[in-house]
Amino acid sequence: MTLASPPVIVLWCVAALLIAAGLAIAVSRSSAGTRIVYGASFAASLAVLVTALTYLLAAPILAPPALVLPLGLPWIGAHFRMDALASFFLVVVNLGGAAASFYGIGYGAHETAPHRVLPFFPAFLAGMNLVVLANDAFTFLISWEFMSLGSWALVMAHHRESDNARAGYIYLVMASFGTLALLLAFGLLAGPDGGYGFAAIRDDSHTTVIAAFVLGLVLLGAGSKSGIVPLHVWLPLAHPAAPSHVSALMSGVMTKVAIYGFVRIVFDLLGLSTWWASMIVLALGGLTAVLGVLYALMQQDLKRLLAYSTVENIGIIYIGLGLALGFQASGMGWASSLALTAALFHVLNHSLFKSLLFFGAGAVLTATGERDMDRLGGLIRRMPATSFAFLVGCVAISALPPLNGFVSEWLMFQAVLQSPLLPEWGLKVLIPAVGGLLALSAALAAACFVKAFGVTFLGRPRTPAAENAHEVDRFSLIAMFVFAALCLLAGILSGPIIDSLAPVTHMLLGDRMPVQDAVRWMTVVPIAESRSSYNGLLVFLFIAASASITVVAIHRLASHALRRGPAWDCGFPEANPATQYSAGSFAQPIRRVFGTLLFRARERVEMPPPGDTRPARLHVELRDLVWDTLYAPIAVAVGFAAERLNHLQFLTIRRYLSLVFLALVVLLLVLALWQ
Amino acid sequence: MAVIHDLAVQGAQMLVILLLAPLLTGFIRKVKARLLRRRGPPLLQPYLDLLRLLRKEVVLAENASWLFRVTPYLIFAATWVAAALVPTFATGLMFSWAADLIAIIALLGSARFFLALAGMDVGTSFGGIGSSREVMIASLAEPAMILIVFTLALVAGATQLSTVAEVMAAPGVVGLRVSLGLALIALVMVAIAENARIPVDNPATHLELTMVHEAMVLEYSGRHLALIELAAALKLLLYLSLIACVFVPWRLAPAEADTGALAIGVAAYVAKLAIGGFLLAVFETAIAKMRVFRVPEFLGAALMLGLLAALLLFVSRSF
Repeated sequence: MTLASPPVIVLWCVAALLIAAGLAIAVSRSSAGTRIVYGASFAASLAVLVTALTYLLAAPILAPPALVLPLGLPWIGAHFRMDALASFFLVVVNLGGAAASFYGIGYGAHETAPHRVLPFFPAFLAGMNLVVLANDAFTFLISWEFMSLGSWALVMAHHRESDNARAGYIYLVMASFGTLALLLAFGLLAGPDGGYGFAAIRDDSHTTVIAAFVLGLVLLGAGSKSGIVPLHVWLPLAHPAAPSHVSALMSGVMTKVAIYGFVRIVFDLLGLSTWWASMIVLALGGLTAVLGVLYALMQQDLKRLLAYSTVENIGIIYIGLGLALGFQASGMGWASSLALTAALFHVLNHSLFKSLLFFGAGAVLTATGERDMDRLGGLIRRMPATSFAFLVGCVAISALPPLNGFVSEWLMFQAVLQSPLLPEWGLKVLIPAVGGLLALSAALAAACFVKAFGVTFLGRPRTPAAENAHEVDRFSLIAMFVFAALCLLAGILSGPIIDSLAPVTHMLLGDRMPVQDAVRWMTVVPIAESRSSYNGLLVFLFIAASASITVVAIHRLASHALRRGPAWDCGFPEANPATQYSAGSFAQPIRRVFGTLLFRARERVEMPPPGDTRPARLHVELRDLVWDTLYAPIAVAVGFAAERLNHLQFLTIRRYLSLVFLALVVLLLVLALWQ
Repeated sequence: MAVIHDLAVQGAQMLVILLLAPLLTGFIRKVKARLLRRRGPPLLQPYLDLLRLLRKEVVLAENASWLFRVTPYLIFAATWVAAALVPTFATGLMFSWAADLIAIIALLGSARFFLALAGMDVGTSFGGIGSSREVMIASLAEPAMILIVFTLALVAGATQLSTVAEVMAAPGVVGLRVSLGLALIALVMVAIAENARIPVDNPATHLELTMVHEAMVLEYSGRHLALIELAAALKLLLYLSLIACVFVPWRLAPAEADTGALAIGVAAYVAKLAIGGFLLAVFETAIAKMRVFRVPEFLGAALMLGLLAALLLFVSRSF
């Protein structure tokens, strides 16, 4: 193994990140410490990004480079390997990581408790890189837990704020639960001989029962980390609680590492391709997508809205993965590679625009100290650059052409259209319904981001804080604008990205999408040009050209006169900015359509009697059915059991000794009877 | 030579739709007026309205941002591009492969996204009411539209509109089908909602709490309003062209055809538009506007019809 092989370079960078984490403990209280630590994280992430990208673009198909380090369990060692799948996810992780570090150089300067953020930030990045690079179950799980704990520490950075302690507690419980599920999954995969290396697991054949259990456990483990409904409850609490660049990493990147875990275990290690697995994943994905975006629409906290929208996008990705499983089961390699490409493309896209949006939310937070949209408004005039970048992110995440979110959803629709050829009736009935859910979630996402941008950035400022906002620092702006540009580029130059995903689909499914490079004008052609094609570049050029023609024509032909006056508003404008549409009122029509059923939404008007000068009030009550029906009973049961067991704490030493003796006797009896 | 011919046909299509769109609006208004036994405005009134708006000054709200001023151009450009990609009198246009039907729907979605934002820009209650209702309507109409696209794609084996039109026009290939009938009803319902027509919205109303589209554009004036009105007319034309090219694709000329065939195509297209506009005017005259919160039921029906049509085809290709 040479020193220049890709996994070695990545491991050196991980080591550099860990050193930076250690160094951060020493320098975190000095003012230059922020810059040193984020600068080092930026450099290390950039180096891994370049390495992984070079490897991926060199079309790796044969013999991925691997190495073993004498760490961890002595008889196993720590195995690392970089194949096409790992290199793609390393690109996603480190693209987000580099941008978040760069953003952090500026954003971190406002941090009130840098010593609680700086040491954990590089460690969190290192953990995510190690998960993707791991090549045995032990290393994978250790890195996974390292990543979870690193992000947990960052969530708890501002632990004195009211909700954060609860968020951290729920996150810790869910993360431990997820790791436990993955541990059991790997235990089942490794079998009684304990072959924990990925190569050994891959070579084993697994019975259907084992495969079903592993799928269930992975959905619990990786699914809870990525935020599948109903395991998503920690996500909208924990992601917004962290500092904004960490929120960007958690939402944009860590959920993708969880997706990586799912793909690695289900597609690669298990080699699972059965139609029932596809049905489970599709149903969960559809449910997650629609519920996630509906939850997002009901929020008035900007960062929590973004976190719920992550749940939605994770659902979309799982729909793609479920389609790929279903097609693979019927041997339709061309369709399954199309679906998997769509899912992976959406992984990249979501990491781009969700990071961008969290950066924007962080900029708003820096400028105004507010996350509540109902206390913002009119920021487009005070923060023009931030609002432009945020707008690009909103258009991209709403799946509107010519930006990138549309391309991956379009590919997903094309994959849905291949499904009538499937032989299973269950899938035939489920897939069009899931396609409808996908379209519904895309349309609701557009509504959600009209609300997010409209209430936060447009209209009149609702508080003095919003009125006196100022533009943020250059580092934050550069990070946002680079990602906004990448959203556009990924949307109009989709062909090369699809081609670069071909090694991944080839590795996992043994098939690939048609070569896009040969198509004229970089058109995206999923199957054949006469069936369907989309060219983001041309659409973008057409819109730009016709808009310019219109501008020129209007300015030559029409009147140039322009006068500023008071708003018309049908003749009765109201000076009080509180009369504008707020986050709650904007969502009201959609709440009435969907919320009465899904959230038990109740509206109550409190009307004072005539002559009373108190204002009338409208109360809206929303219930979280997932929490009420699933988690609240569990919490009650745990509390009840704890109450019962509590008196065991107050026994005499004699009783404790007799309990120990009794336990010993029972165990020996069990052992004796077992024979 | 072929390239120049193709380019000329594509350019002709873009010009034809731009010139026909206000005429279609005027025609519908005229028919509606005649059905109500009024004389009605002259056919060319929409052109005169546009010219008048172009000559007037723009009165901009004091706190309107750059987004408010850019939006009319973006909306017009996106709608124009979308309309240019629908086969009207000829199939296989030069750039028809740049976007399929899903992308055309999404382009209209982009236009709506910016219009809804513009409605919120000035910070008035009417703008907010329009935007929030518009996105509610869109959140139901778009999935219904996608399910209709699924149905068409399964019948024709493509989402490329030119291919769909050719398959539909080929004699004896498709024929009468249950799923296509359901899809047609659903598409008409979606088209009514998307174009803010009665019974979902009233294009002729003002100062009414029920308005949606007009509430969003309330703060616009002058050349900005002219562009938005023209974009709305183009969108109506687009939906009629879409219905025409999928369900009555006769006399569509291939792009490489000679001038005579193209002229026949244009004449057939104008005839189809006239029939479609007439039917729309009759329908609008015969029905009352519904309350805003009845609209979800209306669009939910379209959604279910679309799902049913798609499911029938998933189950058996012969429905």
